[in-house]
Amino acid sequence: MSIIYVLLSISVLVAIIFFIAFIISVKRGQYDDTYTPSVRMLFEDELVKEEASHLENKENKINSNN
Amino acid sequence: MTNCFHCGDPCLDTVIEHKEKAFCCHGCKTVFDILQDSDLGYYYDLDTNPGISPQEIEGKFDFLDNPAIVEKLLEFDNNTTQVVSFLIPSIHCSSCIWVLENLNKLNKAVKTSQVNFPEKTVRITFSCENTTLKELVLLLSRIGYEPYISLENSEKKEKHIDRSLIYKLGVAGFAFGNVMFLSFPEYFEVEEFWLDQFKNMFRWLMFAFSVPVVFYSGRDYFTSAYKGLRSGILNIDVPIAIGIAVLFIRSTMEIIMDWGTGFFDSLTGLIFFLLLGKFFQQKTYSYLSFERDYKSYFPIAVTRLLRNKKSGVREEQAEVYKIQKGDRLLIRNNELLPVDAILIKGNALIDYSFVTGEAEPVSKQSGDKLYAGGKQQNGVLEVEVLKPVEQSYLTQLWSNEVFNKDKTGIFQSLTDSISKRFTVAVLSIAFLSTLFWMVVDPSKAFNVFTAVLIVACPCAIALAAPFTLGNMLRIFGSNKFYLKEASIIEQMAKVDTVIFDKTGTLTTNRKNTITYEGIELTQIERELLTSTLRASNHPLSRSLYAILDKNNIQTLDEFKEEVGKGISASAKNATIKVGSYAFVENTSEKMQIKDTSEKQKKTTVHISSNEQYKGCYVFENEYRNGVSEIFEALGQNKEVIVLSGDNDGEQERLEGLLPDGTQLIFGQKPDDKLEFIKNQQQSGKTVMMVGDGLNDAGALKQSDVGIVISENINVFSPACDGILDATVFKNLVPYIDLSHKGIKVIKWAFLLSLLYNLVGLSFAVTGHLKPVIAAILMPLSSISIVVFTTLATQYISRKLRMDINKQS
Repeated sequence: MSIIYVLLSISVLVAIIFFIAFIISVKRGQYDDTYTPSVRMLFEDELVKEEASHLENKENKINSNN
Repeated sequence: MTNCFHCGDPCLDTVIEHKEKAFCCHGCKTVFDILQDSDLGYYYDLDTNPGISPQEIEGKFDFLDNPAIVEKLLEFDNNTTQVVSFLIPSIHCSSCIWVLENLNKLNKAVKTSQVNFPEKTVRITFSCENTTLKELVLLLSRIGYEPYISLENSEKKEKHIDRSLIYKLGVAGFAFGNVMFLSFPEYFEVEEFWLDQFKNMFRWLMFAFSVPVVFYSGRDYFTSAYKGLRSGILNIDVPIAIGIAVLFIRSTMEIIMDWGTGFFDSLTGLIFFLLLGKFFQQKTYSYLSFERDYKSYFPIAVTRLLRNKKSGVREEQAEVYKIQKGDRLLIRNNELLPVDAILIKGNALIDYSFVTGEAEPVSKQSGDKLYAGGKQQNGVLEVEVLKPVEQSYLTQLWSNEVFNKDKTGIFQSLTDSISKRFTVAVLSIAFLSTLFWMVVDPSKAFNVFTAVLIVACPCAIALAAPFTLGNMLRIFGSNKFYLKEASIIEQMAKVDTVIFDKTGTLTTNRKNTITYEGIELTQIERELLTSTLRASNHPLSRSLYAILDKNNIQTLDEFKEEVGKGISASAKNATIKVGSYAFVENTSEKMQIKDTSEKQKKTTVHISSNEQYKGCYVFENEYRNGVSEIFEALGQNKEVIVLSGDNDGEQERLEGLLPDGTQLIFGQKPDDKLEFIKNQQQSGKTVMMVGDGLNDAGALKQSDVGIVISENINVFSPACDGILDATVFKNLVPYIDLSHKGIKVIKWAFLLSLLYNLVGLSFAVTGHLKPVIAAILMPLSSISIVVFTTLATQYISRKLRMDINKQS
């Protein structure tokens, strides 16, 4: 049953690692602006789509030229 | 009517058709072209009509050529890369975020740009080898996002964000969770071999988790209690600190002596919940600032004229702080005068709306004294500085001691007043029951003494006010009434005197009521008048033009505008003169005073046709909707006073509008207003000041509750406790009523938490307080208080919310 010492120390260690991660993220200001990232996240997808369709159009043009 | 594709404003005069889209002005069209050319057309897909019409003023950002000023604006500079943060008030939608974060497509030198939407700022990293700060600012202005740069930017503030509460909350929450797990096995008290084997280790682990919670997270309660005791006040933190200390000491003793498991779970939970309450009470509106002074209004730089014998006059962009007495300054159209000065050259038409809230500009002659804070509206001025920026008439107000005082913490909150009686009661119960057990069973005495102090720890009481006020802060916020902090609500409920500023507070800034007095104008005269006004840029001309019929606009044969006097024009043999009485009648100034002493105080525009005097248009301030009702309702149980910086020209009209007995005081200078409020307070009144301009800044600061009325909350308002959107001005009375109801909710919550304390005490006094009971009772009382206050505040504000739903 002395394995419980190992288990306990591991579990406490894991908890502390997450706790440190939380402190670091606060310190870097990740919680200062909680709104903009939620909007920004939606841009990327649309952009890629638009560029893709752009490329497609170009390819179509090239193809039709041939 | 078509709306502009870019900014969504209705296209009034002309519609510019471009690429099958309609634009209201060339500015909007240009932005559209810039964005299209850089493949940023997606801007218009994100939101409909997201744009802002750009307003570029020639030479406005010339001061960015001065390296000393640029250096002050930069956040970081290593000679190749520079970082700068701009405040851009026009950021308002997701399209704005997108286009500003894609600035690198418009200017290749931009490396990254990041928008903080709630704060309306953008942080740009750029390579300064390829571009300059000025080019960047001009680019932003060209696409409609003009950065707001003011004197405030020149003071490099340490950007210190206090995150300690989040850390403390994090530590407490982390420890609370872990301690709960570790103490769980012992809740059931089963005689089990392995549990007995390891329970010491479990207990010492809990102890280890609790140490940082007590000495770091709970530190503030000890310091606050100590401070309170030193100044002879039993604030709420005293019983809390006693509770924490007793919990920790008793639990530690229990595990050392192997008496039991201790109360570490209750201890960490208590501090966690208390901090949660503190956290909830903070609701910040990051785009609003409640701490502004004149620095956010004033420009960072101004054009200084340097006279040199060899090369003549040279212009230089100088920092405002470096301006000395005797310097010559050049003030362009729409620039703000940052100093007191004497007018040397040019036609001054100064708009003091920043200072007084008075929308109508004043014209000044050469040799007149100009005060800081005025905005030039008509061409270029040359002035000589009388007093540098920090000693000017306006800015001196800020040297008053009231601006150094911290208003919070002076008044005694409801919680503090109850905690005094509470603490005395708890301590006497603790001693009495200990005495009792000393006689009956001395072995239990220590147990009972500590148990009473533990269970009586006023966690729920301490949570009642933060959660109620925090909820109400949010309710007010969603109803366009933005408060600086929760304690303002308590203050608001105590107010017995309400003082209003007149101009800009009771009156609107925009519209004027215009009436005509005199001989009626003929159709031809009216047409000529409209045509004449159309050509003039004077603000009065523009507002008069706006209300007249715009039929048959004629081409004028002759048009002459004399600044500060009036306009003369002729068309088809008819002549017209529009302007001041003296100008229209060709009389001297003295005559004017004699003839129109009555009308002098009012704003008038006189008309004469073919050298024959016709009459005048009288401009009167338009009062906000519901002014009479507000005064009526407030007057029932409060003293209401109007404190105006203006002359008494409007007295009669105000007296007609407001209920009898309302005190009207005119001609008050900013300092007078401050003194007036101080006197009221010294006679025992709790004063609410409702104002708007910088001239009210002192009064707002001195008053117990300073509220600013704002037509546009993105525009800056002076330091205050709360900002009220002008559209909900008539709700002021319901808001004050709501604050009264909020106080009632807190009192009910106190009662509820006292019940929990009584239940807990009955366990404690009889010596039956087990850790598991404390661990159940403490979170239960806290959570039920949170639930109760949330429901109650929602209930009391239901009418307000119903009104909002009706409106929308």
